[in-house]
Amino acid sequence: MIIGLDVGGTHTDVVLVGENGLERRIKVPTDTSALFDAVFSGLEHITRDIDISQISHAVLSTTLTTNAIVQDKLPAVGMIVTCGPGIDPEYFRTCEQYYRVAGAMDHSGRQIVKLDEKAVEDAASRMREAGIEYVGVVGKFSIRNPTHEKRIREIISPMFEKVFLGHNVSGNFSFPRRITTAFLNASVYPLHKRFFEAVRQSLDKKGIQIPIYILKADGGTMDFETSIDFPGQSILSGPAASVMGSIGFAADDQETIVLDIGGTTTDMAVLINGVPVLAPYGIEIAEHKTLIRALHSYSVGLGGDSTVRVEHGHLFIGPDRTGPAMAYGGPEPTPTDALFVLGKAQNGDREKAEKGIEAIAQLLGISTAEAARRIFDQTCREILDSARQMVSLINSRPVYTVREALHGHRIKPTRLLVLGGPAPMFAENFTAISDYQVSVVPHWDVANAVGTALSRTTCEVTLFADTYKLEASAPEEMFVQALKPGFTMADATEMATELLEKKALREGASSGDLVTDVTEALEFNMVRDFRMIGKNIRIKVQVRPGLIGQYEKIIAQIKKQSRNGETPC
Amino acid sequence: MLKAKTHTGLVFFPAYDWAISATHPEREERLLYTQDQISEEGLLDVEGIDEFKAGVVDIEDVQRVHFCVPDARSVMTESHFISAGGAKTIGKAKMDGLVDRGFALVRPPGHHAMRVVHGGRGFCNVNNEAIMIEYLRKAYGIDRVAIIDTDCHHGDGTQDIYWHDPDTLFISMHQDGRTLFPGTGFNNETGGPTAAGTTLNIPLPPYTSEEGFLTVLEKAVLPILQEFKPDLIVNSAGQDNHFTDPLTNMNFSAKGYADLTARLKPDIAVLEGGYSIESALPYVNVGLILAMAGMDYSHVVEPEYSAERLRQGPSITATIEKTCQQVIDTWNDRQNIRIRMQENVIYAERNNTVFYDTDGFYETQHETLQVCRECSGVLKIDSSVERKMRVLAVHIPRKACENCRKTGYQWFEKTDMGPYDMILLQDRPEDQYRVRKQ
Repeated sequence: MIIGLDVGGTHTDVVLVGENGLERRIKVPTDTSALFDAVFSGLEHITRDIDISQISHAVLSTTLTTNAIVQDKLPAVGMIVTCGPGIDPEYFRTCEQYYRVAGAMDHSGRQIVKLDEKAVEDAASRMREAGIEYVGVVGKFSIRNPTHEKRIREIISPMFEKVFLGHNVSGNFSFPRRITTAFLNASVYPLHKRFFEAVRQSLDKKGIQIPIYILKADGGTMDFETSIDFPGQSILSGPAASVMGSIGFAADDQETIVLDIGGTTTDMAVLINGVPVLAPYGIEIAEHKTLIRALHSYSVGLGGDSTVRVEHGHLFIGPDRTGPAMAYGGPEPTPTDALFVLGKAQNGDREKAEKGIEAIAQLLGISTAEAARRIFDQTCREILDSARQMVSLINSRPVYTVREALHGHRIKPTRLLVLGGPAPMFAENFTAISDYQVSVVPHWDVANAVGTALSRTTCEVTLFADTYKLEASAPEEMFVQALKPGFTMADATEMATELLEKKALREGASSGDLVTDVTEALEFNMVRDFRMIGKNIRIKVQVRPGLIGQYEKIIAQIKKQSRNGETPC
Repeated sequence: MLKAKTHTGLVFFPAYDWAISATHPEREERLLYTQDQISEEGLLDVEGIDEFKAGVVDIEDVQRVHFCVPDARSVMTESHFISAGGAKTIGKAKMDGLVDRGFALVRPPGHHAMRVVHGGRGFCNVNNEAIMIEYLRKAYGIDRVAIIDTDCHHGDGTQDIYWHDPDTLFISMHQDGRTLFPGTGFNNETGGPTAAGTTLNIPLPPYTSEEGFLTVLEKAVLPILQEFKPDLIVNSAGQDNHFTDPLTNMNFSAKGYADLTARLKPDIAVLEGGYSIESALPYVNVGLILAMAGMDYSHVVEPEYSAERLRQGPSITATIEKTCQQVIDTWNDRQNIRIRMQENVIYAERNNTVFYDTDGFYETQHETLQVCRECSGVLKIDSSVERKMRVLAVHIPRKACENCRKTGYQWFEKTDMGPYDMILLQDRPEDQYRVRKQ
């Protein structure tokens, strides 16, 4: 059996899944100031009276690092960036202890400015004086040649607790995003490490000795040990949890929009034949744009608790939330209150809900029931409009080949999968007002935790090969290898896939779950002085985000449970 | 945070799966390092710089500008439709107010493509800028357009298309035609009798450097632009004046290109040539984008740059200053030149021989303009390629008077098909393209 735990803004959902489907589920309130209690008590409750040896592992998705970034509660860290021609990296300053030192590589990895080692030493001693313990080191084009980054680490690592190198955090271009990514990794490192070591120790003390995995923003998992080196990958795993929770119920030959309807926002994503669409560069959080691989998710300020108001005779819903629905003691009317008026929601104060909606009705000059219907309809329509906008954004991503420009696939989803607290009520209305084929994810209110539990370990490898220099390199893997003449794209694919599989196993994948894809394969004739001198090959491979091998059995059971109306407690 | 002062749009279409041939300068690899540099600098994340997906042009967009022989599909590859489509996308974004300026980094280029197209010349088949401009004229009703061609090669295709159009100012600065393909672009080439002075050529001596280019801009281009008052300034942004370009002999630099762009302030720039794919293009394009966006480009310096080594000699400076003065004189005297050229002329005729270097054949043209005082005059081109095709192409200009329109239709309908494979008509006032065949 596997434990899935997903910390949300208001609730922490914990599930235990196994051969019988959903074995157990718990919801505990999340107190952001006591996140550890939520996680630990969730894990403790879910394992109570269970034979621990029956549990293979636990996957955790928390808001720990996300909240720390959003609330700007990060420790001071240091950055050393190398500096050559191009945009002045001063523009990319992330923190006070941010030092630019001379040293540069060009786009093909040739050194154009020597590293100023003296400046590195000076920067290091000033950071020491400022009490810095965690440092990010980033160079422009370091993914083409990491020599400067590695040399800087050699010089400074005796002086600091942990040093993060830019070329290790991603194989993708973008110097500013690499700076941000290394910075965020360094910044969340102590928090992440402390937190999960504490979880680990507390569980050990209780005799719950199971491997712990952490959910990443790309919907994959990594084992606890890997997460210590790449803590940044735990940022924004929340939206990924719900997408992964719906994958098992999406058709593998259709395009599907996933809608996770929460209190404050609705998070949406697209599945193509059951595989989530990834974001083009990486997650964006607060003012930070990163290279942290993520599912393409889109969030709109429309949810069950969105504030409803009338201005100049027009009805507005969201994007803000002032509190819970009036039916639950909140200050302003919300779509949830409309659901109470329409008799679709129970277990709250219907009278208070009615009072709120009545005020809106008066401003619009219509009956309370009519107002409730309009509020709910408009909420649904605006959610669908946003979903269409997301699809058109994905379709308008630039492409760089004739083949993709003329014959590239344009997505046209026909299905909606809905999850989150009010999922069934919304799904009913989506069916009424649109042509989508709509279904509700079974156990819609804990599907995110189920997704967390069932996600497989993912990773990505970028390989560059130059058959003129006769050299292949995979920056993230610290891999450099001399090539024999006649090296081809097929050889490159094999080499990259081998590296990928090794990496995935090292980061906690089981060998049965290595579903790999080539996500980019470019090959260029390099011509100098009108003569072909070699090939420039670039290849990206990934373990496809998806569910672990046992999932089909488990999902089948969950579907059966849901048909029979069984809900484990 | 980095922010663009001027909201700038980019279309990037490097055509990673298209080449003229495997080792041709116009091959897949051409913009690879440029894209690496742009991505690595993070330019697409700058607030106020937006990337757009290149669209595709329609046959109608092409026919508004070109007479393709035998037809558009035969002389264009798929990549040409997208390259011109990229220019159109950026033009629309500008006109729709989505951006203040735009840059189409597309390949293949287009400025050697003339009005009649039998094949490829100078790596070009169709004229990206002209296709964009004529689309914008039709869709958005703009009138006066200036095209400043800063490619190292004379923009002979664009010149040919706008030779008789007084509403399009075409200024090309390029390496002297006595030393470089296509061997034209001398300062006595100034346009037809109804449009003389709106075609201006500024041939530059080999080894012209930053100083020379900026002199041309300050002394000739900017003053003329100020008088012409265009609705739209388009820059044919070739990058082969760079000191490392393998096909040319100039000494221009990335910072020089950026300076030129910052002062010219084009509404739309469209990439043309530039074949120093590792040493120039990555830096020139970053500089150009920053300059378009009104951002600091002072740190954009290519590794091999040395202002000292690239400085131009005094005789080059003197030659350039003289050329600028001649160009200004022509511009100031343009009304008189037109009067002189029109005197006692009913039909102005010229013969052209056009070499298609990519495809390796010659086209001979006999062009006839009906000289008109009401409009720029209807035009017919008798064009033949030996042992291939002979066509008669009739162009009724955008603002044709009733009389010229009538003449155009007479030429199209009444000319004896005998010697011709096809007779073609561009009726610009009606936005129609018609074909008569044997």
